[in-house]
Amino acid sequence: MDEALLRSLTPSVLALLVRRGADFAAAEDAVQDALVEAVRVWPADPPRDPKGWLVTVAWRRFLDATRADTARRRREALVDEEPAPGPVAAVDDTLQLYFLCAHPSLTPSSAVALTLRAVGGLTTRQIAQAYLVPEATMAQRISRAKRTVSGVGVSPALGAPPDRRPGEKPRARGRFDQPGDVATVLRVLYLVFNEGYSGDIDLAAEATRLTRQLAAAIDHPEVAGLLALMLLHHARRAARTAPDGSLVPLAEQDRGRWDTESIAEGIEILQTALARDRLGEFQAQAAIAALHADAPTAEETDWVQIVEWYDELARLTDSPVVRLNRAVAVGEADGPRAGLAALAALDDSLPRHTAVAAYLHERDGDLATAAQLYAEAAQKAPNLAERDHLTRQAARLNARRSR
Amino acid sequence: MAKYLLLKHYRGAPAAVNDVPMDQWTPEEISAHVQYMQDFASRLEGTGEFVDGQALAPEGRWVRYDGEGRPPVTDGPFAETKDLIAGWMVIDVDSYERAVELAGELSAAPGAGGKPIHEWLEVRPFLGMQCTVTE
Repeated sequence: MDEALLRSLTPSVLALLVRRGADFAAAEDAVQDALVEAVRVWPADPPRDPKGWLVTVAWRRFLDATRADTARRRREALVDEEPAPGPVAAVDDTLQLYFLCAHPSLTPSSAVALTLRAVGGLTTRQIAQAYLVPEATMAQRISRAKRTVSGVGVSPALGAPPDRRPGEKPRARGRFDQPGDVATVLRVLYLVFNEGYSGDIDLAAEATRLTRQLAAAIDHPEVAGLLALMLLHHARRAARTAPDGSLVPLAEQDRGRWDTESIAEGIEILQTALARDRLGEFQAQAAIAALHADAPTAEETDWVQIVEWYDELARLTDSPVVRLNRAVAVGEADGPRAGLAALAALDDSLPRHTAVAAYLHERDGDLATAAQLYAEAAQKAPNLAERDHLTRQAARLNARRSR
Repeated sequence: MAKYLLLKHYRGAPAAVNDVPMDQWTPEEISAHVQYMQDFASRLEGTGEFVDGQALAPEGRWVRYDGEGRPPVTDGPFAETKDLIAGWMVIDVDSYERAVELAGELSAAPGAGGKPIHEWLEVRPFLGMQCTVTE
């Protein structure tokens, strides 16, 4: 039994049922039944077209369940809507599920949970474990999210729901054809990627898998940009922490442990996207990551070009965090004094502002100020690995000064 | 999507506005207070924001290693500074603002006279969530 195949087919089967008019919960039940049936039947009698098989069985299950329902009129309307038999269209339906799961009326954590459940095909237990919350908590989050999106319509571009019949509840008009919604989907996927817990499920790998699927389904340079960014970040992952879990800064990473295959793939995807000349923030971020990944040693990093990309990125996002990172790049390209000057223009309450100031002062040779700023930055660090890293930096400088 | 610890204190925190010791409330007031806490927790279970919560006994001890072959030291030398935690709840919410909002609501639990006690609550984010992309 090929579980990976089942898992990869599940979302599109679910999406197809939803598109045919099944409500989310009923469609999920039907798909679950079909999967159970597949596990029972396939070993002895493998289907020629696994997806078509699943769709047929799931749709039949859904109809059975609906028939048993007391809502007679609604049931008959749905049976009537059953499409004519024919080949199963794949792509648009899964895509619709992505857009549904990233619906703007959901909170970020609900959108993430629903995406992992519906598009990723993970179980509630797996998602709960990945987020270190009780399964009951995650189950609530997901069922609330489902309630929020049920009844939401879908744009004509992605397959409209059939016209409603007399007496049927009107469906809300979808807004999934607006370009902003691609951005929402990408944001949700990037959130998943950044969680980075690794237990039973590695969320970074899962996000990359889903983005890859999305990139195959939709021709959009920013989707490609995000996929490239994920591949490039992920390629350095093994080198980013020492065996004891402590952080290894970029300049000190063992570049031999970078995954060159992922880097090559990321760069190729990025170049194809950039050639389309529709720049967006993920492409710009990926370009910066690519310049880091491409340098054979930290000293050979092309900081001048990185500063230029940060200028593009600042223009696209106007984010203070971007300008903070830009100050670091300026410090490398034009020397620490220039970096400190760029930093002075920024609000010092920004996350990591103090850590950047500490680093630039150290490079400038002002060890006393640097040590003090490192200690201050450690107090404000958002996670353990970073706090410990900054504390060690402060301790290192203090030890050197007292020698 | 960040976890926060909400801490209630027996002592150590600044005095609440409606600061009447619980043993001087009426039994109904105590029940109302307890009910408020339970309702609060079950509502967060419903929104998918509840992680865990426990009440703690008012008795506690400071304990310290006191050298090879010697029994641990307890309760000193600065017993008067000791802070005691009454209970805690862990929530998993979308934002810091939401954490503060919920703590504010918890602080409004009814006390003597059925009025909110305006108790101080400590809100602390959890460290240890390691972001994939920090370099």
